[in-house]
Amino acid sequence: MTTLFTTDHEWLRIEGDVATIGITDYAQSQLGDVVFVELPKVGRTLKKAEAAAVVESVKAASDVYAPISGEVLEVNEELAAEPALVNSDASGKAWFFKIKIADKSELGGLMDEAAYKAHTA
Amino acid sequence: MLATSDTPLKRTPLHALHVSLGAKMVPFAGYDMPVQYPAGVLKEHLHTRQKAGLFDVSHMGQVALRPKSGQVEDAALALERLVPQDMLALAPFRQRYAQFTNAAGCILDDLMVANFGDHLFAVVNAACKEADEAHLRAHLSDSCQVDSLADRALLALQGPRAEAVLAQFCAEAPAMRFMDAGPHEVAGLGCFVSRSGYTGEDGFEISVPAAQAEQLATALLSDPDVLPIGLGARDSLRLEAGLCLYGHDIDTTTTPVEGALEWSMQKSRHSGGARAGGYPGAETVLSQLASGAARRRVGLKPEGRAPVREGAPLFADQTSSEPIGAVTSGGFGPSLNAPVAMGYVPTALAINGTRLFAEVRGQRLPLRVAATPFVPNTYKR
Repeated sequence: MTTLFTTDHEWLRIEGDVATIGITDYAQSQLGDVVFVELPKVGRTLKKAEAAAVVESVKAASDVYAPISGEVLEVNEELAAEPALVNSDASGKAWFFKIKIADKSELGGLMDEAAYKAHTA
Repeated sequence: MLATSDTPLKRTPLHALHVSLGAKMVPFAGYDMPVQYPAGVLKEHLHTRQKAGLFDVSHMGQVALRPKSGQVEDAALALERLVPQDMLALAPFRQRYAQFTNAAGCILDDLMVANFGDHLFAVVNAACKEADEAHLRAHLSDSCQVDSLADRALLALQGPRAEAVLAQFCAEAPAMRFMDAGPHEVAGLGCFVSRSGYTGEDGFEISVPAAQAEQLATALLSDPDVLPIGLGARDSLRLEAGLCLYGHDIDTTTTPVEGALEWSMQKSRHSGGARAGGYPGAETVLSQLASGAARRRVGLKPEGRAPVREGAPLFADQTSSEPIGAVTSGGFGPSLNAPVAMGYVPTALAINGTRLFAEVRGQRLPLRVAATPFVPNTYKR
């Protein structure tokens, strides 16, 4: 299992041909108190860089983009019911959705944890 | 009116304090202002409703209108040439809400005006203050001296504990009623205090000499019931209170009647009143007061959890292609634990309970026209 990161502050946990996607702790600290999360429909086919989910703080709405292409296999219903999980456990319980990786070569452009840390430093 | 990157941002006298308290600073109306402190918008909002919050509103304009005759009535009558409010009836050491109108009867700015016995004291919006002062000088210089009080800071102390906190520094504070205003000593400093604010809570606004602002703010913050509150929570608090944000809910395209501000226009200035009209655009405002306007500002409560924000078009049903209005302010109300919004709709639909739809990210979300304030206010009348 490897974890990769995007410049848009999303994380991807890769297990076989499935990627679990969320936003980073850095992203949640920038957003502030999250009050609403909108998740994609299961079965939807996402293209890389397409708006896939929405995360809203008291002040503003932000898009979460699909970091790679693939079909949505599962979404985190617990997160939709309790959006504050993003603030308390961004890289754990607050995962957004899982997708079936359509093209593994798209993972090549992503960062590992060390590179992401340097990116946010 | 927002500062662009090539405009150096102005700082309030409390800027260094905000930074030392760990505030996240953002550009607002040309100033570098705290949007939130480490507690975050949600906690700051709830703390203000439960205890007390201290806001820096020093970016707002403070103006003295001094009558050349020495009679405050002359300043009041002069100001009535620019606003649809009864200023002559404003009793000494009382304050009221007013609007500057333009020739179309629309709103140039909204403001608070207090009668300080021998002159009037006004607080105007930061983004409009230069224009407002020029407007006052252009129209009132025959009878008044218009003084910009740029050497004063403005603090707001809001919430159910505000009275007890301020009483430690100003023995006269507890005796004040909602919209009382006047000079008072606070912690030995020469301040102007009003029992008012923009959160829907009981509280005070304190105008203090800029050089002593940090000293006063630090003293108020030393009370464990007081937290510093940023612009983020200021916005969610005023939205829950159903109060207009100038430039969003009211502006130069909306009249006070469209803005549902009839309550602020006293009968003496209506048709048939002792001093009817006589301000810019009065014909339009008086005609709308008599027969209504085509559209009206209303409170809106989304049925779901998704916030509906400024700019979202409103529709009468799920399928119609023509919007009937738009949201002018919207977000999440932490005290209601639900989204809240306001916007303009045709007056025929401005009835509490009417179901409408807002378009958000391509979806039509149901919401209902709702009474404001969304959270009951707690003013000490």
